[in-house]
Amino acid sequence: MIKADHISKSFEGRTVLDDISVEFETGKTNLIIGRSGSGKTVLLKSLVGLHEVDSGAVYYDDVCYTHLTFKQRKAIRKDIGMIFQGGALLDSSTVVENVKLPLDLFTDQSEAEKIERVAFCLERVRLQGADRLYPSELSGGMIKRVAIARAIVMNPRYLFCDEPNSGLDPQTSVVIDNLIHDITREYNITTIINTHDMNSVMEIGEKIVYIHEGRKWWEGTKDDILDADNAELNDFVFASAMAKRARRATR
Amino acid sequence: MIKILELTGRYFMLLGKVFSRPEKMRIYRERIIFEMEALGLGSIPLTAIISVFIGAVVTLQMSISLESPFIPQYLIGYATRETMVLEFSSTVVALILAGKVGSNIASEIGTMRITEQIDALEIMGVNSASYLILPKIVATVLFFPLLTLLSIFIGCVGGYAIAYLTGIMIPGDYIEGMHYAFLPYSITYSLIKSAVFAFIITSISAFCGYYANGNSLEVGRASTRAVVASSIVIMIFNLILTQILLV
Repeated sequence: MIKADHISKSFEGRTVLDDISVEFETGKTNLIIGRSGSGKTVLLKSLVGLHEVDSGAVYYDDVCYTHLTFKQRKAIRKDIGMIFQGGALLDSSTVVENVKLPLDLFTDQSEAEKIERVAFCLERVRLQGADRLYPSELSGGMIKRVAIARAIVMNPRYLFCDEPNSGLDPQTSVVIDNLIHDITREYNITTIINTHDMNSVMEIGEKIVYIHEGRKWWEGTKDDILDADNAELNDFVFASAMAKRARRATR
Repeated sequence: MIKILELTGRYFMLLGKVFSRPEKMRIYRERIIFEMEALGLGSIPLTAIISVFIGAVVTLQMSISLESPFIPQYLIGYATRETMVLEFSSTVVALILAGKVGSNIASEIGTMRITEQIDALEIMGVNSASYLILPKIVATVLFFPLLTLLSIFIGCVGGYAIAYLTGIMIPGDYIEGMHYAFLPYSITYSLIKSAVFAFIITSISAFCGYYANGNSLEVGRASTRAVVASSIVIMIFNLILTQILLV
């Protein structure tokens, strides 16, 4: 479980997160949704500690992460996997080297054990045969898969995904969504996904938090979202024709 | 002034992170070797080409300036050697490498910053500053003195070659000048300078890249800042080190 307790964050006097409190549940695919510039990415980065919050605190299973020192945080960070919007793979390393890096740095496994673990993770994301390729030689979908493999290689307890579908075609988006959802269930991890893709919301969203202008505007499940009585959320959700059709169908 | 103090403070805070205990020494050793190849071996051709021509030009200029029946010709070789050892092979080569290696480091780390690769390392629990910058510093501090030695040798060979090919002086006199009043300490002085300059180039360039933010334009600006700042600091430390080590 990850909990944000009244967190706020501003940059150069501009408030980006305003008093957000929310709890993300273990074993569920938690989605943070909102328009571009609403503060989703800042919230996600504040949860993992890449941004320090101005006030409030973030808890990982009742441990106050915000007030830990850099060294104390390292223990929790080894339990965190994160998939960045652009993949954030190391350009100078091959696929295998990228996925193996956390094992090289933080485990005492033999080389054979590490290679076996990397092969397992790459197989899990259905990406075999690309071991020796560099990120510049991969497609957008393949980059996301390698990023997922790297994120799960250390058996994380918490998985963060920042717009995992951005720049992908609809079919590949569904594959990536389902992969993240399956991994969440399989390993019973706490997954938090930033997205503005309504397909993802309807496919895999188990708990949904809507952020609007830096504030938590709504939270609920995908079953509630189509009937939510919230003007800003409705504007966001029904911006696409497909969602409008879905609402008509449910009524 | 406040801005400069703030930047200096951030620079030393970054160095504090860079020199904290590495996660795994074996990984760092591998990265140091990789960086030596990328930053050190990759600089050999440029250093060699510039040194051979500078050695030749210095010899030509000296032969014109010292053309007098009262000045022994071997002083041309002596002047060429002293120029290469005391100033060119350490300071001028460092300025040239600030352009090549410095911009390379700043743009590499800057790109890693804006594409969130550094954030990815931090999330894994890696001390990104140490992991990315320490191997580069160690590699250049160890390798640049070797480049300086190479530059001295090639520069002197360049001077000999021009003396031999153009006939402006007797090559034997040039060799005699090379041996004349030789102080081994001059080499030590040159090597100390090049090691300090290597540290300056690498750490300042890494600093500029590490704190880059925004887009590719900002990476370009960080790269330019790295070259300018490294060059200025090299010149300041050239003066300080000369005062301390030679005077």
